[in-house]
Amino acid sequence: MTSRAMGRPAMRILPGFSLTMGLTVTWLSLIVLIPLSAVFIRSFGQGFDHFIEVGFSARALASYRVTFGAAAIAALINSVFGLLITWVLVRYQFPGRQLLNAVIDLPFALPTAVAGIALTAIYADTGWLGAPLAKLGIPVAYHPQGIVVAMTFIGLPFIVRTVEPVLADLGRDIEEAAITLGAKRWQTFTRVILPEITPALVTGAALAFARGVGEYGSVIFIAGNMPMISEISPLLIITQLEQYDYEGAAAIAVVMLLISFTMLLVINRIQEFNRRRAGL
Amino acid sequence: MNRRDPLQAPRPVMIGLLLVAVAYLGVMLMLPLAAVFVEALRNGWEAAREAIVEPDALAAIRLTLTVAAISVPCNLVFGVASAWLIAKHDFRGKELLLTLIDLPFSVSPVVAGLIYILIYGAHGWFGPWLEAHGITVVFATPGIVMATIFVTFPFVTRELVPLMIAQGRAEEEAALSLGASGWQTFTRVTLPNIRWGLLYGVLLTNARAMGEFGAVSVVSGHIRGETNTMPLHVEVLYNEYNFVAAFSVAALLALLALVTLILKSYLEWHHRDALAASGH
Repeated sequence: MTSRAMGRPAMRILPGFSLTMGLTVTWLSLIVLIPLSAVFIRSFGQGFDHFIEVGFSARALASYRVTFGAAAIAALINSVFGLLITWVLVRYQFPGRQLLNAVIDLPFALPTAVAGIALTAIYADTGWLGAPLAKLGIPVAYHPQGIVVAMTFIGLPFIVRTVEPVLADLGRDIEEAAITLGAKRWQTFTRVILPEITPALVTGAALAFARGVGEYGSVIFIAGNMPMISEISPLLIITQLEQYDYEGAAAIAVVMLLISFTMLLVINRIQEFNRRRAGL
Repeated sequence: MNRRDPLQAPRPVMIGLLLVAVAYLGVMLMLPLAAVFVEALRNGWEAAREAIVEPDALAAIRLTLTVAAISVPCNLVFGVASAWLIAKHDFRGKELLLTLIDLPFSVSPVVAGLIYILIYGAHGWFGPWLEAHGITVVFATPGIVMATIFVTFPFVTRELVPLMIAQGRAEEEAALSLGASGWQTFTRVTLPNIRWGLLYGVLLTNARAMGEFGAVSVVSGHIRGETNTMPLHVEVLYNEYNFVAAFSVAALLALLALVTLILKSYLEWHHRDALAASGH
C-alpha cells in the first residue's frame, strides 16, 4: 500500500510471477522460438550458394512476384470496400445490421480449404460467376486472378475489424465544426475523417496483406499452380519438401519470413505513430 | 417536423452505400458459403450422408476432434498463464514478449508445418534419435498437434491481455490482503472476471484448430484413414474428383464455422461489457 500511496505502481505484489514466467518462456521457446530458428539455421545447411540458388531462382522469384503482387492487389481492393462496409456498419442504423456484422468474420471462422474449393466451384468457367465472367473474356479460376479472389476473401475482416473501433471513437464534434465552417460532406470525409482513420486503414491493409502472403489453403485450389505464372511461394516450399530439398524449402521460407517480419515492424511503427498522435 | 442531422448523408447516398456493402459481402462471403451446401446436396441428402459416415471420413472426424482436444487445452493453459504474467506484473521486455507471442500470426501456415519437419522429420535434427527410439512425430498425430498449437498460439493471450489490463489489479490485491492464497485469488476472483473473454478466445482457437489446413498438410503425410484431418480429407476427395463427397465433408466444417460465428455474436451481444476491453 505504501508504494501505491507514493504514486508508484505496485511491484510484484501479486503472486505467480516466476511460475507464469517460467511456463510462458518455456512453452514459447519449445513451440515457437526454437522451431523457427531451425528454419534460419537449416536454410544455410548446404552453404550460402545453395541458399541463393534456390531462394532466388527464377521460379522462386516468380512465385514471390505472384504471391506478394496478388496479396497487394487484394489488400487494396479490401481497403476500398472494407472502409465502405465499416462506414455503413458504424454510421448507419438499419435492420439486419447485427447479421451483416457477424457475416464479416466468416473468413476467420471458415476453414481455408473449404473456402478454397467453394471459390473454385463459383469461379470455374462452369460456375455461378465463372461462366458469365468467362463469356466476357475474364477467366478467374486456374489463373492468377483466382489467387487475388481467394486472398480478397481471406483479408476483408482484417480491414473492417481494425478500422471499426477507430471510426466508432471518432468524435462528431470536428465533423460538425467542418460542416459549420461550410465544408461539403465529401470534403469533410476526405479532409477530416480520412486523415484520422488512415493509420488504422494502413494497419488493417498490412495485416490483410501479411495474411494473404502466407495463405495456402484457399489459394491452391483456385490458382491452377502453374510454375512461373500462378504458383505461390508456400506451394513452392511444399514442392521443395517433396523433393527432399529441406535446405531449399527453408531458404524460400526464410526469404518469405524476412519480408513478413519487415512488414510487422512497419505495422508496429505505424501503430506507435498512431498512439503518439492520439497522445497516449 | 424533424430536422435532418447535418452529419447524416442524404438518403439516396446512404441507400447506395448500404447496397454496395451488402452486395460485396453477398458476392464475396455469402456466395462461397452457399456454394458449399449446394454442391454437397447436388445428389441429395443420402449421398451427402454417405460421404460423412464412410470409414475414412469418420477417421478424419475423429482425428480432428482428437487434435483439437489436445491443442485447445494446451493453448488455454498457456494463454491464461501468459496473460496473468503480462497483465498483472511489471517487468522489462514485456513488449518484446508480446511481439514474440504474436509471431505465429505473421508466419505462413506452410512454414509452421515446415519447421516441425526440419526438427522432427527423418532428415531433421532429432529425426535419427526419434527413429532409433521408435517415436514418430512427423506424419503422425504428435506432429499434427504441434503444428496446430503453433498456428493457434496467440489467440487466448491476445484476447485476455487487454481485458485483464483493463480490469486492473485492485480486486486481486484486496483478496490477497484478506488472506486468500494466490491460487484462491486466481480461481475465485480473476477467473470469474475473465470467463467470457476466455470462452471467446477458446472459441477462436477451436475454430482455427479444427479448420487448419496448410500447417497440418505439411506434417501429416496424407495417410488416408490415419493422418488425414477433416480439411485434408476434403482435399483428398476433391483431388480424386469426388466433388459431392468433398463438399459434404466441407459442409460439416462450414456448419462448425456457422456455430462458431453464432456463439461469437452471442457473446459479443450479451456479454459486451465483459469483453469490452478486448476491442470487439
